[in-house]
Amino acid sequence: MSMQTPLGRVRGLGPARSGTSHFWWQRLTAVANIFLTLFLLFSIVFHVGDDYASVTAYLGSPFVSIGLMLFILSVVFHMYLGFKVIVEDYVQHEGWKILFLMGNTFFCIAIGFACLFAVLKLSFGS
Amino acid sequence: MAKYRTRAERPLSPHLQIYRITMTMMMSIAHRVSGAMLYFGTFLLAWWLIAAASNETYFNHVNALFSTYIGRFILLGYTWALIHHMLGGMRHLLWDTGSGFGKKTLEVLAYGTLIGSIALTVLVWFVGYWARG
Repeated sequence: MSMQTPLGRVRGLGPARSGTSHFWWQRLTAVANIFLTLFLLFSIVFHVGDDYASVTAYLGSPFVSIGLMLFILSVVFHMYLGFKVIVEDYVQHEGWKILFLMGNTFFCIAIGFACLFAVLKLSFGS
Repeated sequence: MAKYRTRAERPLSPHLQIYRITMTMMMSIAHRVSGAMLYFGTFLLAWWLIAAASNETYFNHVNALFSTYIGRFILLGYTWALIHHMLGGMRHLLWDTGSGFGKKTLEVLAYGTLIGSIALTVLVWFVGYWARG
């Protein structure tokens, strides 16, 4: 007989009522990424070798900027979720795992903000 | 930190090195590897966007770096990882609906992912070179 309450036994073992959240956001951003990636690929491929003025004019135009920012948000969230799984799968040591999970969050947020800032600067005039 | 053992010493389930290598297994690994490649590849996108937002000199400098043989090789790998991960992801979205699990279908999807990603990468670069003139 354990003296622990049922709640005490499950506390800290995982999320409650948020089990499908990871899966859902992974798939939602995956679907968004298909369209946004195609947009990015076309954007880059048809501007290969263009000079500075035309590239910045293109990247800074409203629709392209909005598309780029949506791409960045969706991709950064998707890669945050994906890399989290990789860390949870392979990093066995609890301390390193927490460090890598923190690093993952920092990296994704930093990359996301760096890209967003660059696009906003291009869009609002540098 | 509690260090006492919570699980009994039991034989572990067989892992990768036990199984015969199959195409579906390789594509599963490739999906994860390409995902990890893309993760670090976003650094290149951020670098390029920041260069474009900085000034013409720096933008040309970064473009020149990307245009070297090593730069092109990395960008080629990035393109392949992007397309491969996209096709592999579409396969996963199909599986999410509960279909596409037949033995034959799985093989076709696995080979289709690899051949499709290589073909589309070549196409994208061909169009890129063509657009450049």
